[in-house]
Amino acid sequence: MKCAVIVFPGSNCDIDCYHVWRNVLGQPAEYVFHKDRFSPDDFDLIILPGGFSYGDYLRVGAIARFSPAMASVYRAAEKGKLILGICNGFQILLESGLLPGAMMRNEDLKFHCHDVYLKVGTVDTPFTNLYRRGEVVRMPIAHGEGNYYAGRETIERLKAEGRIAFYYCDRNGMVTGDANPNGSLENIAGILNEGKNILGMMPHPERCAEEILGNTGGRKLFESILDYFEGRVKSGRQG
Amino acid sequence: MAGRDDAKKLGLSDYEYEEIVKTLGREPNNVELGMYGVMWSEHCSYKNSRPVLKRFPTEGGHVLQGPGENAGIVDIGDNLAVVMKIESHNHPSAVEPYQGATTGVGGIIRDIFAMGARPVALLDSLRFGEPDDPRVKYLLKGVVSGIADYGNCMGIPTVGGEVYFNEAYRDNPLVNAMCVGIIRHEEIVRGRAAGVGNSVMLVGSATGRDGIHGASFASEELSEDSTSKRPSVQVGDPFMEKLLLEACLELRKNRWVVGIQDLGAAGLTSACSETAARAGTGIELDVALVPRREEGMTPYEVMLSESQERMLVIVEKGHEEDVQKIFEKWDLHAVKIGTVTGDGMLRVLESGRVAAEVPVKSLADGAPVMKREGRRPAYIDNTDIDYSRLEMPSNLNEVLLRLLSSPNIASKAWVYQQYDHTVRTDTVVSPGSDAAVLRIKGTRKGIALTTDCNGLYCYLDPYEGGKQAVAEAARNLVVSGARPLAVTDCLNFGTPEKPEIFYQFEKCIDGISDAAKALGTPVISGNVSFYNETKERAVFPTPVVGMVGLLEDVERHCTMAFKKEGDVVVLLGLNTDELGASEYLKQIFGIQGGRPPRVELEREKRVQQCCLKAIELGLLSSAHDISEGGLAVALAESCIAGGLGFKGEIHTGFRADALLFGEGQSRIIASLPQKNLSTLIELAEELGVEITVLGFVYPERMDITVKNDGSITGRLSVSLEKMTCVWHDSIKRKVEE
Repeated sequence: MKCAVIVFPGSNCDIDCYHVWRNVLGQPAEYVFHKDRFSPDDFDLIILPGGFSYGDYLRVGAIARFSPAMASVYRAAEKGKLILGICNGFQILLESGLLPGAMMRNEDLKFHCHDVYLKVGTVDTPFTNLYRRGEVVRMPIAHGEGNYYAGRETIERLKAEGRIAFYYCDRNGMVTGDANPNGSLENIAGILNEGKNILGMMPHPERCAEEILGNTGGRKLFESILDYFEGRVKSGRQG
Repeated sequence: MAGRDDAKKLGLSDYEYEEIVKTLGREPNNVELGMYGVMWSEHCSYKNSRPVLKRFPTEGGHVLQGPGENAGIVDIGDNLAVVMKIESHNHPSAVEPYQGATTGVGGIIRDIFAMGARPVALLDSLRFGEPDDPRVKYLLKGVVSGIADYGNCMGIPTVGGEVYFNEAYRDNPLVNAMCVGIIRHEEIVRGRAAGVGNSVMLVGSATGRDGIHGASFASEELSEDSTSKRPSVQVGDPFMEKLLLEACLELRKNRWVVGIQDLGAAGLTSACSETAARAGTGIELDVALVPRREEGMTPYEVMLSESQERMLVIVEKGHEEDVQKIFEKWDLHAVKIGTVTGDGMLRVLESGRVAAEVPVKSLADGAPVMKREGRRPAYIDNTDIDYSRLEMPSNLNEVLLRLLSSPNIASKAWVYQQYDHTVRTDTVVSPGSDAAVLRIKGTRKGIALTTDCNGLYCYLDPYEGGKQAVAEAARNLVVSGARPLAVTDCLNFGTPEKPEIFYQFEKCIDGISDAAKALGTPVISGNVSFYNETKERAVFPTPVVGMVGLLEDVERHCTMAFKKEGDVVVLLGLNTDELGASEYLKQIFGIQGGRPPRVELEREKRVQQCCLKAIELGLLSSAHDISEGGLAVALAESCIAGGLGFKGEIHTGFRADALLFGEGQSRIIASLPQKNLSTLIELAEELGVEITVLGFVYPERMDITVKNDGSITGRLSVSLEKMTCVWHDSIKRKVEE
């Protein structure tokens, strides 16, 4: 399953995502520079990595969405290709309108780098199908602007359509204010688009996919993607 | 022409001015004098420190590059090497904490990738006044967010360091940043302007008026009008540096790259004269070709600007366009500004007209060396304490909790959680343990990193303090499972013209040298920062030791956390009756005095060998160095980190408080499964290391009974919850209230 990792100026988790897909999952991966375009059929998965694209100038993710490579991402999205935005990648997906809502600075105005617990909100997606519903997963966060916001109507829709992939929770899976690291609405840590082929999330699954790093909570997310794809290939829906 | 009075304004003495006239055979002009002013400042020339720095051991089988380059390099096998350096940004951080810290981080990162290495880790060693002081809070918050914003944006994890609080640093905070890179041997690039006729190119940011005289500013004491020097502080742009990093790493792959040099203190002047001096060449450049961000800049301003995120690149003639192609990809400038010459002169033109012409060697290496004399300060002979007059506190539980909440011992999570320490997915042991451990992808290897220095020890006994800093750094690596390899040091002191300060400096260096020799860890790079002094006082002598160690198998790393109930807890090394200079004396009695604990280097070496061997054999569940707060605090830290407790009985002829809270050196606490105990005892005996069983890992509480000849002389019993709570939130409470 072929993966593209988009490299914006200022991306810094590009090598981490590439490493996990290629060396941990053993699947082909390629870097795509932001100035380059590609055809929707070139890749099965596109990762928008974390970092500080364009130095976070103007607003986080606001300039990246105009990159030539993003034009190709929009076409791939329309064709139902899988797109995963992590951290700054999530922020870019919001700015580009592929996902609803907006990101604000963390409530306490500080950068946060530590582990959080996540409750899996839905398992009926290409990204989370190997998790159990309600499963509690530990993952690291590292961001200054993860305070997700959207209008009431949007939130209700996200909930009703099972599009909230992850909630911040405590170690027992309780979604509480104390467990919310950044002030995000409803403790939202990751959301999906209507077609559920696009996931944006603030935590970093690529930073917890190997035993040596002391946590493999994120590995299942990548395995879910691969499992979903291979299932589709087997059933002949994609090839 | 510029005369003596102008020279004085630039910090040059009459004697130095005469030397310049002698060298040039004429009076210097304004531009030339400005260039000498910065290059002959202490910051750039090390004119006060050079003779003493020669005492450091700088060679060893695995050293690939010692002091004198952008950074030092040490071999780690498999054709790989570690590049590392530590540098201070104290003066700028004192007047403008946020930008001072960001540019400190930016500068040290450039030193690493100038060598061709990919930076993989940052550490920061910080010193502030007491945290309840409003100004200290302002400085701490500014420095921490500056480090965070720069390092985080660069995608380089900040994996370790230290934060100490002491009144001695109230007006002069210390901000030392260390960067570590990994490189393949054949990729090493040096800062050399070799090959007459080769092109000298300036890449990265445009040049502005920021930071002019930054190096001179860093070479004087801070005073009331230091805030007026704010324009001497540069402004950092990590996004620009990230692009510059990627472009330079692409550049290094080409054989036609001759040299790369960071533009730091003294800007173009320093980069040109240093690269040419190393290669025995000269450089002719035209300032009119330098891309500017401001109009009307004079040659003086262009040559002295310390605008950030710039590099000097020397390439073989004919490859200028190849360089431009790489930098264009990253939307960066790359402009040929000059040529390497054979005449040994730095010739600065402005649109063809000569604006300055001076011998490269005299600028880079010609500053007259100051032979300073040290004098033993009177206070050192008056530090003894009559311990019999200090009454043992009746409630040792309260003492322990007080120590755990001391900002020098309490959790630094408030600081390091603002730093991205997990990016690059190599961080195996995160901040908060004895040392950080990183894996090296594609190999079985790992490296361990730490910085250490106890300023109070160095103040009370500079020689012992210097020795202790090296010993503790090595110990921190060893308890993590790494073999110590090499040192980079950041020497922070007061004004060297004062004999008492110079004495501290010399003695600290002797201590570092002796320990570095004994432990086999040569000094491969570093930085001197003098003039950390205001009218009232100098900082404690603070020679920060940064150290790297190697793990052949990173899976075999170790942490301080107790792992399993029932594990036996042992002490490697000997308990001593040393309470001097302890955090206990400071917190409980308000005394900063006494003789700091001694390091016996032979014993230190044996204890470290024993611990390292035990970890390599897989005998240990945990290992932890005993430092500030002594044995009781070290046990508490292992409990807190592991979410477990401890129960034990310790026999001693010393006072209970000396046993529990004294900071005697060369001691390690380890826990291990009972079945491994006999093997460990054999190993210890073989190496001549004292080993004592202290107790066992228990759930939920720490219970220690101290006995002398069968009678109880002290007792500690505190719940894990209580210890964790005071330890964890202390700094946050103090800073944010």
